[in-house]
Amino acid sequence: MNCIIIDDEAAARAVVGQLCKSVDSLNIVEQFSNAIQAIKYLNQNEIDLIFLDIHMPDFTGFDLIQTLKSPPKVILTTSDKNFAIEAFEYECIVDYLVKPITLPRFLKAIQKAEKFNVPKKALKEAFVKEDNSENQLYVNIDRRLIKIDLPSIYLVEAKGDYILIKTDTKNYTVHSTLKKIEDKLPDDLFLKVHRSYIINLKKIIDIEDNSVLIAKDVIPVSRSNRPELMKRLNLL
Amino acid sequence: MEQPNLNYIQELSGGDLEFEDKILSILKIELPEEINHYQKTINNQDFNKSAQAVHKLKHKISILGLEKAYSFAEIYEKELNSGEVNKHFEFLKILDCMSQFLAKN
Repeated sequence: MNCIIIDDEAAARAVVGQLCKSVDSLNIVEQFSNAIQAIKYLNQNEIDLIFLDIHMPDFTGFDLIQTLKSPPKVILTTSDKNFAIEAFEYECIVDYLVKPITLPRFLKAIQKAEKFNVPKKALKEAFVKEDNSENQLYVNIDRRLIKIDLPSIYLVEAKGDYILIKTDTKNYTVHSTLKKIEDKLPDDLFLKVHRSYIINLKKIIDIEDNSVLIAKDVIPVSRSNRPELMKRLNLL
Repeated sequence: MEQPNLNYIQELSGGDLEFEDKILSILKIELPEEINHYQKTINNQDFNKSAQAVHKLKHKISILGLEKAYSFAEIYEKELNSGEVNKHFEFLKILDCMSQFLAKN
């Protein structure tokens, strides 16, 4: 199998490279320290397997998978145990290796990759009981799926690899992207007003030129998003 | 205090001394960079970024066989995400211990 390694940490790339030496059928063709370079490569080359880190600056492993039209098999390599459930949302993910990766566990993952060709929708349903109600969202925090009532959310803020969800009663830090939560939130209630902020339109207290006051937070409104915001308000 | 070791690196290498040299050289370059970055995020009180820096350092902690320190870092990472920075100086001691170990190897 032709493989690539994507990890921003050189030590991690070296470890996976060394583990690959133990398996004759694995051929490492390239290594990348960031997802953007890897995407360019993947758009021009066919490979069989990606060893992919989740936590990378600017662009996470999950973001990378989402940008690929038909991603190859992926083995996630991460120091975080909390993404197993999210991993099952992607049909291309074969296995999930928690660093430090041991040789026996690595070999097990490669065996799975060699046999892997079954879409995993059924598995996903076994692990994540999705709530079809439009008013609720489940978020994965410390291996627990926590239910949040959508109308109680007044603000979602991007914080690097995390998002901060602020509700009337509690705040939640979740490892995800603004894009992902934007897709889950109802359009009639929520609006992205800035590249780092989504607000609940019903919770706006007042609006100044380039900012909105929502609860106690003053949120910037980008020039490009302001017309849509104004359109959505019931102006006198 | 728990001391770093080369057990994991040697298990991986299976006697491949070239790999052992390579990974140690990488650690000697990357660890000080990551420590500097972590320290900057603390100085800037950007604790979400500090949590990300700790997350990255966790792998190096585990490569050097520091199991207790790894558990400590896991808790510290979560606390930083909630804005708690109480474990900073204890964490610096772990990083210093790793740096000293690498300087000797």
